[in-house]
Amino acid sequence: MKILKMIGLSSALCLSVTTLPAQETNEVGQLKKQLQQMQESFEKVSRAQQQQIEALTKKLDEFTKTQTAPVAAAPKTEEQKNLETQLAAELSKDSVTNTVLTESALKKPWSASDPMRVLGSGSSYLNVSLDGLFAAGGSTAEDIPGLQLGGHDPNQRGFTVQNVEAVFEGFVDPYFRGQANIIYQIDAEGESVVELEEAYAESLSLPGNLQLKAGQYFTEFGRLNPTHPHAWSFVDLPLVNGRFLGGDGLRNPGARLSWLMPTPFYSELFLGVQNSHGETAQSFRNEHEGEPFLGRVHNVGRVKSFGDLLFTPRYATSFDLSDTQTLLLGASGAFGPNASGADTDTQIYGVDLFWKWKPANHHGGFPFVSWQTEAMLRKYQAGAFSNIGDDADSSGAIDKGETDSFGDGLIHNVPRETLTDYGFYSQVAYGFRKGWVANLRGEYVTRTRAAAYEKLYGDDSDRLARWRISPNLTWYPSEFSKLRLQYNYDHGQSFGTEHSIWLQLEFLLGPHGAHKF
Amino acid sequence: MKKILNLFAVILLAASAHAKLNVVATTPDFGAIAQEIGGDKIELITLAKPTEDPHFVDAKPSFIVKLNRAEVLIEGGAELEIGWLPPLVQGARNSKIEAGKPGRVSCSEGISLLEIPTTLDRSKGDIHASGNPHYMADPANAKIVAEHICKSFCEIDAKSCDAFKANLKKFNERLDGKMAEWQKLLAPFRGKQVVTYHNSWPYFAKRFDLKMDLFLEPKPGIPPSPAHLAEVITKMKSENIKVVLAQPYQNRKTAEAVASHSGAVVLDFPTFPGKTSATYAEWMDSLVKSLATALEGKK
Repeated sequence: MKILKMIGLSSALCLSVTTLPAQETNEVGQLKKQLQQMQESFEKVSRAQQQQIEALTKKLDEFTKTQTAPVAAAPKTEEQKNLETQLAAELSKDSVTNTVLTESALKKPWSASDPMRVLGSGSSYLNVSLDGLFAAGGSTAEDIPGLQLGGHDPNQRGFTVQNVEAVFEGFVDPYFRGQANIIYQIDAEGESVVELEEAYAESLSLPGNLQLKAGQYFTEFGRLNPTHPHAWSFVDLPLVNGRFLGGDGLRNPGARLSWLMPTPFYSELFLGVQNSHGETAQSFRNEHEGEPFLGRVHNVGRVKSFGDLLFTPRYATSFDLSDTQTLLLGASGAFGPNASGADTDTQIYGVDLFWKWKPANHHGGFPFVSWQTEAMLRKYQAGAFSNIGDDADSSGAIDKGETDSFGDGLIHNVPRETLTDYGFYSQVAYGFRKGWVANLRGEYVTRTRAAAYEKLYGDDSDRLARWRISPNLTWYPSEFSKLRLQYNYDHGQSFGTEHSIWLQLEFLLGPHGAHKF
Repeated sequence: MKKILNLFAVILLAASAHAKLNVVATTPDFGAIAQEIGGDKIELITLAKPTEDPHFVDAKPSFIVKLNRAEVLIEGGAELEIGWLPPLVQGARNSKIEAGKPGRVSCSEGISLLEIPTTLDRSKGDIHASGNPHYMADPANAKIVAEHICKSFCEIDAKSCDAFKANLKKFNERLDGKMAEWQKLLAPFRGKQVVTYHNSWPYFAKRFDLKMDLFLEPKPGIPPSPAHLAEVITKMKSENIKVVLAQPYQNRKTAEAVASHSGAVVLDFPTFPGKTSATYAEWMDSLVKSLATALEGKK
């Protein structure tokens, strides 16, 4: 009866809503009022129902508790007979337990008094979640996008939509697990951007301790690159990642095989092969939107051979130093051609370390101390380059109307050379009470020496030494939201000293995601 | 040299242990029961420590290695380990412990879970979509879990099945005997209200006819606020509630403060067997006896 009433009410609600747009404004007010009243009475009804259900369940519980023997009115089923004999046996043993465990009790069918199960993780084919990451703040720098290297870093005074990420995840079949991360972003110009950040399948049952991953994915290079911005401990991307692996991280379509080695401690070997071209392959075959990069205009040709792909090996190992301390070490490489000339390759080497202490009586994961460091070295073979081709009329200079890559009207001839750059970041996190974490990060990036092209037309701000110190305080009101206040002290040879301050907000909707170590 | 010898010893040990069933349990309560059923026929590794918050165990890479070599994985299910177990199992690439295989024991199967939410709404705190996962606090559920474990062991190691079944019988008989004792001990306090930090004990309360629905946390997973604690203290005073339960990892200072303001006592209520009690029955025994004493002392 109550249910009928409810249905009536809700359909009335629906009706009143659909007729709304056709009415005049004063009627809208009335309707709103009506709607509110309806909502109130609806809530009242459902509250009353809830109470009634609870009362009934309680009664039912009491009833079943006081009941000593099954009611024998209905014809006996096989199950009941079993139950009876079991009960008889139990009672004769003079035991007080009132749970009778039989095969049928273990696999009991759904009954009308069971609560309905709503969609939750583990009970649906597809887990969907949505993560919103926003920032507000400002900087003393004129050119904030030049200062912040990450594609999802706060990049303007005022507010930034860093990253709104939809995650789809689940088991495909007994052979694969699938995941896709689709990013929505509003850039500094107010344009909406959609990115397919990751979409891949991962094998579940390959023999020989092997695992295959295929699709579009973040390269497993170091610790930070394969993680999504909302999982970072800082509002922005480390400088070394930004310079070598790119603002959006190193990611491309490809496939990766990993082998869990038969050692007594954790040790895993990864070998990935990915496309080497595109805007998410910063140090490889990337055209850099036609702008000069490391003194050259880059041209991406077709993939001609297997050797034109990007190879990304990694080795990771971990030890439990004690019951409360764990250490994880890794070494990664990324090897592939770049687009600065014919037969020019890039090699990036990285080492990473993660250490964590968490006491045996932590509450909600707190307190803890962790330390993470990554160092990288890049060797970039840059091809000989000349913009003489821009001089269409062979006048000896780039005239008006001709494409001028460097913007200075001159013809440049740069020899082939190898550019070596390196950098690191190191960060400490201290979770000092439940939900509160203090973080500190220090980082440094630089070139080993000035390149021939830099001697020709000035130091390249993409290679000059730069360091940054960033303390932040992060508060997690729950596992599903966070607030972070970060200060950056930024010093670079090309721009001097800048100060930035950012406030970050994150929210997460959907099933509980698991955390990797 | 000594190191190399040690390494050899480890390898030898591993080789000799190979005859035993490699069992991994996520939390110490399942571990304790597995040990009782498996006896000396199994080699048991328990991932979570008895004193730690089972929802927030770190997914350490060393666990991947343990799961890779496991022949049986015993998990609580019902979202108990949702924050850390899935990536471990995924990384372990061990087909023996795939969901649905005899080597994967999901203990919550067949247990009537309490507090299954009718709507999923996290403004009510951190709710569990499949119901409250702390069901091991009811000895009747421990019997179901023991049955699951025995069934899995038998399917994988048929030769030792009789031993497992005998152990299961012993386990059940001991629990049945104890149950009478426990119910008698707590019978005088039927309907009594006890304050708990988190909503961890509804199954215990239901089994022994106690009320454990007043929490120091304003909502599940949300840290206690002074305003909420004041409310709790007022209620404790007016209803003469004299016992506050605290689990090893919960903030004891908060519980002590509430107790001192309301004239109650704080009672250590271990989440799992393992630290001060070896078996499931010993753990439950210590819970029941300490609670009965606390309720008695302040009647």
